[in-house]
Order: sequence, then C-alpha cells, then structure tokens
Amino acid sequence: MQKKSFNIQYFAILREQRGCSVEMLESAAVTAADLYAELRAEHGFELGTESLKVAINDAFCDWSTPLQTGDAIVFIPPVAGG
Amino acid sequence: MFELSATPLEAIDLKSSFADVRAGGYVTFEGWVRNHNEGREVLRLEYEAYGQLCLAEASRIITEAKEHFDIIQTACVHRTGMLEIGDMAVWVGVSAEHRGPAFDACRYVIDNVKVRLPIWKKEYYTDGDSDWVNCEQCAAHGHAHGA
Repeated sequence: MQKKSFNIQYFAILREQRGCSVEMLESAAVTAADLYAELRAEHGFELGTESLKVAINDAFCDWSTPLQTGDAIVFIPPVAGG
Repeated sequence: MFELSATPLEAIDLKSSFADVRAGGYVTFEGWVRNHNEGREVLRLEYEAYGQLCLAEASRIITEAKEHFDIIQTACVHRTGMLEIGDMAVWVGVSAEHRGPAFDACRYVIDNVKVRLPIWKKEYYTDGDSDWVNCEQCAAHGHAHGA
C-alpha cells in the first residue's frame, strides 16, 4: 500500500505522552482513525478515540475522513478551557 | 473578537472598545484561578491552546451569539501559559441595548468557550502531583469527550 506523508501536532497530555509537539511521518493509514490506532499502538497513548476529537488542516473532522498526503493532523484530548 | 493571550489579562484594557452610544448595558464575565478543584488543593494552572482551531471555533461562537441574542458587540480573551491563584483565566464582554440579551449572550459565550475550544488545563496540586483536567479520568475509565 502506498504511504502518504503527514504532519502531526500534539497538545497537552498527548504531547507529554509522545514526548514531542510535532512530527512528520509516513503511513499507509487510510483514515484519521487508522492513523491514531497506529500511533497509539506505537506510543502507548492512554486515550482512545471515544475520548478524542480530530482536526485535519485546522478544521474538526470525522474519524472516518480519508487522509490526503500533506495533511496536518491534530488529535484533540478532552478540552478544559475557562 | 477572540484572542489568546500569553500575558496577564488584568493588564489589558478590555472595556474601552465597547463604548457605543447605542449601548444601554455592558456585561462581563471573568474566570479566575481558584485554589481547589474536585477536592484537591490547587497551587497553579497551565493553559495550552491549539491557536488556529481556537480562533476558527471562537469566531463561530461569537457569530452564533450575535445571531441568537439582540446584542451590539461581544468579545472573549483566554489566557495561555502558567497562571497563579487569583489570576484571570478568561474574559467575556457583551454590550447591548438592554441587559437581558447582554446577560444571556455572555452566558452563551462562556459556556460554549469552555466545551468547544481546543484549550487544555493542567492543574498543579499542593501535594506535588499534576493532572490534565478531564483527561486523566478519561484515560483511566474510557469516558466519552465532553463536559
């Protein structure tokens, strides 16, 4: 399967668990959910997709959204502003 | 108007831009850092924000408030970085011809800012522990997103 390149940005608890804020990577993941599953298996993220939202290119998206090469992806842990 | 600020909100003149001869009232909400949460003694807080998406989502909230309520102007500013007890974490202002819509819109904006903006809060406790609020319990129990 052909791999695509993605730019991942991490915030808050995911940033701490990943140990970095930004990474470029190549993956054959088809959807955002696939990509998170891959990263979760690799890095042991505690939060599952039921607790997260996902943004692609600075817009909230469904987990089933097909990824395009060059996409900027952010997994959004439960928010706590205010 | 929505802004993220890495510097104290107390130092910013948030009121003067609301001056308007049509306005009969001006309502503000200030969120402050308190010294306890969920039964634990809090020493300080750290806010982290996903700036681009915050601006886009906050713009939607402000547009909604203007559509739902008969107001003249509304704005919100949220802190990022490390805050001490008593510091202002978030500010919402609303001006309107009459007080009713001003109170209602202020409530709408702060309620939606809290649950929709990608902003995270890390609490540092007096016992030396620290937690990302709403995240640690989710991770432990698999709770769904939301407030």
